[in-house]
Amino acid sequence: MNDKIKDTAKEWLAGGMSRRGFGKRMAGLGVGVAAANFALGGAATEALAADFDWQAHKGKTLRLLLNKHPYANAMIADLAHFKALTGIDVQYDIFPEDVYFDKVTAALSSHSSRYDVLMTGAYQTWQYGPAKWLVDMKPYLQDATKTAPNYDWNGIIANLRASDAWSGVPGEALGSASAKQWAVPLGFELYNVSYNKRLFDKMKLEPPKNLPDMIEIGSKITRDAGNGIYGVSVRGSRSWATIHPGYLSTYTNYGAKDFDVSGTTLTSAVNSAQSKAMNKLWVEMIQKAGPPNWATYTWYEVAQDLGAGRCGMIYDANIIGFFENSPGNKESGHIGYSAFVPNPDMKQSTSNVWIWSLGISSFSKEKDASWYFIQWASGKNFGIFGGVKQELVDPVRETTWKDPAFKERLDNGYPGFYEAFEQSLPGAKIYFTPQPLFFNVTTEWAASLQQMVAKQVSVDNGLDKLAAHIDREMKSAGI
Amino acid sequence: MSDIATRPDLIVAKPVRRRANLLPYLLSLPALIVCIGVLIPFFTAVWYSLEAYNMAFPSGRHFIGIGNYIDLFTSGEFWHTVALSMIYMAASVILELLLGLGVALLLRERTKLNNVISVALLMPLMVAPIIASLIWKLMTNPTFGVYAWVVDSFGLTGFHWASSPGTAMFTVVLIDIWVNTPFIMILLLAGLRSLPTQPFEAAKLDGVPARFVFFRITLPMLMPYIITATLFRMLSAIQEFSIVYGMTQGGPGNSLMLFQLRSYIDFYQNTNVGRSAAILMVLWAITFVLSKLFVNQWHAMRARSNPGA
Repeated sequence: MNDKIKDTAKEWLAGGMSRRGFGKRMAGLGVGVAAANFALGGAATEALAADFDWQAHKGKTLRLLLNKHPYANAMIADLAHFKALTGIDVQYDIFPEDVYFDKVTAALSSHSSRYDVLMTGAYQTWQYGPAKWLVDMKPYLQDATKTAPNYDWNGIIANLRASDAWSGVPGEALGSASAKQWAVPLGFELYNVSYNKRLFDKMKLEPPKNLPDMIEIGSKITRDAGNGIYGVSVRGSRSWATIHPGYLSTYTNYGAKDFDVSGTTLTSAVNSAQSKAMNKLWVEMIQKAGPPNWATYTWYEVAQDLGAGRCGMIYDANIIGFFENSPGNKESGHIGYSAFVPNPDMKQSTSNVWIWSLGISSFSKEKDASWYFIQWASGKNFGIFGGVKQELVDPVRETTWKDPAFKERLDNGYPGFYEAFEQSLPGAKIYFTPQPLFFNVTTEWAASLQQMVAKQVSVDNGLDKLAAHIDREMKSAGI
Repeated sequence: MSDIATRPDLIVAKPVRRRANLLPYLLSLPALIVCIGVLIPFFTAVWYSLEAYNMAFPSGRHFIGIGNYIDLFTSGEFWHTVALSMIYMAASVILELLLGLGVALLLRERTKLNNVISVALLMPLMVAPIIASLIWKLMTNPTFGVYAWVVDSFGLTGFHWASSPGTAMFTVVLIDIWVNTPFIMILLLAGLRSLPTQPFEAAKLDGVPARFVFFRITLPMLMPYIITATLFRMLSAIQEFSIVYGMTQGGPGNSLMLFQLRSYIDFYQNTNVGRSAAILMVLWAITFVLSKLFVNQWHAMRARSNPGA
C-alpha cells in the first residue's frame, strides 16, 4: 500500500480528520472508494490490532440503546471507525432523556434481547445489577484474549472506574474487591459554578467562594440586576435529579452523609446536625436568590437560563457551562467557570459526579462483540476524537485531558473551564451510599426539599420526617 | 330399518344445525381475542399486587396476599393521593361541564360564525396533553411567560403557578380545562342541536320565561348527553397523568401526587412492581364503581322516560 494512503488512513483512524476530509484526501491521492476502504481496513488492523484480533466478531450486528446527549452524538459520529476496525455492524435507537430510562427499564425488565449495549448512569446500575439485567465486565477486563493489550483500563480516572463497580451489598463501598463492574465510563460531569461574566463585570462582582457568599451575591443579583434576572439557578423538580448535582456536593462538603452504615443495615442520616445546618443555607439560597419557579426546574431550565442571560450563575454540571458558551446562545462567549468549595471551613470541593456509562444487557446474544464495542468507545482514540472533534467535554481518560489539542480547544474557546475542572477533580466521585432504593430515597428527598423551600414544613421538621420515611422504606425492603 | 334410513331429510339436517350452532361463537371470536388481550395483563397485575415484588431484589419476590393493600390503606400518603385525585377530578369535571355547557348554549344556533368558532375551539383537544403541559410550563414561567406577565400586570406579583403548593392544583386544573372543555362542548352542542324543536316552540308561543325553559326543558332533555360527557371525563380525570407529570412530576412536595403518578414512579423509578400494581388495582376499583353508578343512572333515566320499554 502506498505510504501516503496508509498515513491518511491512520490519521483518520486516530481521529485526526473527518470522514469527509478522509474522502477528499483519498480522492486527491487518486484512490477510489473501494480502495480507500481497503486501505482503511488495513490501517485499522495495523494501528489498533497489532497483537489483538479486533476482527474476531466480523459480520455480527450490535444494537445500541442510546440517550439523546452530546456524548452519544460523539459515538454516532465515529461509528464508521468502529465498523472499519471490527467488521461489526452497529444499529441504534436513540431516545430523549425524559423517556430514556423508562425505555431501559422496559427493555431490561422484559428480558428483551433487542439491545446489546445501553447507556446508563452509575445509580441505575444499583438497580439493574442486583436485578441481574447487566453483565459483569470484570471477567472481560481480566481476559487477555478478549481485551486489547493497549486498552489501558487503569487510564480511566480511578474514581470513575470505581463508581461503576458495586458488590450489590447495600452500604458496601463502590469499587471494593468483591465489586462487579456493571458498566464502563464513557463521559461524565462534575458540579461547579458557571457564571455570566458580562453581568458580573457590570455589577462589579466576583464569583462566589462558598455557600454563604453565593447567597449574598445571588441575592444582590436578584435585587439589583433588573429585567427579572435572578441570582443562582439550581434544579428543583420533584426528582432524584435535583439531589445529585450541586445539592449533594454541598451536602457532602458540610460533612453530612445520606446513611449511617452498620454491617448491612442502613440508617438514614439526613437529619444529622450537619445536614440541618447545610439545608438551612441551601433553602435560604433558593428563597432569596433562586429561580421564581424553582420547583419545576430540571437541568434543561437551568441551562436555558444561563444561556439566555436570565440568571447570574448556575451551580450545576460544568458541561452546561461549556454548551451554553458555544455559538448560538445569547450569552455565548460570556460564560466564566469557577471551582466551588461550599463550606467556608473546607479547602477542597467534594463534587458528586454523574457518569454516562455503557453496560451490556444480560439478554444480549452478542456479549463478546458488545465488549469489543465498549472497549472501543471507552478507549484512548475515541476519547481524543470525542474531546477534540465532538462535545465529549468531560472525557474519562487522563490521556485525553493531557492531550494538547484538547487543552488548546478548551483554553481558546472556554477560558477557565480547564482550571475549574482540574481544581474540582481530586474531590470528585459518587458520594451517595450505594443501595438499590436510591431513586426511592432521592425522589422523596427532593419532595421534602420542595416542602422546606415552600415553607410547608421547617427544615428541622422536614428532615426528621424524611429520615423516618427513608428508614421505613429501608426496613420494608429488608435493608 | 332405522328412521334415518327411511327419512333422508334427517341425515342432511345434522351438519346444517352444527354450522348454525358454531356461528355465534365464530362471530364473537374477535371480541373474545380482544377480551383475552385485556384479561391476561389485568390478572397478571392482580397477581403482582399480591406479591412483594421489587425488580431490584429478585430473590426477595414472594406472595404476601393483601400485604400491599394493607400497607396502602394504613398509609397517610395513600389517602392523601385519594383525596388529591378526587379533588382534581371534581374540580376539572365540574368546571369543564359548566364551561362546556355555556359555550355549547352560545353556539347552539347553526350560523356560519358559530360553526367556525366551534371548530376553532376544538384545537386544544388536538394537542397531546403532555405537549399542552409543556406549552403551559413556558407560558407560566415567571421570567418570560406570557401568562405570568398578564398576572403580573394585574398586580399579582409573586404568583408562582405550578411551582407553589398553594397554586399548583389550580394550575393543572386550568390546563385540564383548556385541553378538555372542547370535548364536553362538542358533545353537548351535538346534543343541543339534535333536541326536538316542538317543546321549545310551544314554550315560546306560551311566553314561558327563558330560565324556566332552560331548567325544565333543555337541561332534562340534555341530561343523557351530560351524563355521557361526565362519565367519560371523570374516568379520564381520575386517571390523569400527562398534564401533572409534564408540569410538576407530582410536586411541589406531594401536592399533586395523583394515582397514576404514584404508580408510575413506583414502577419505573423504584422498580416496586407489587406496590405499583396494588395502586392501579385500587384505581381500577374506583373507576369500576364510578362507571357502574353512571351506567345505572343512565338505565334508570331511560326507564323513566320510556316506562313501557
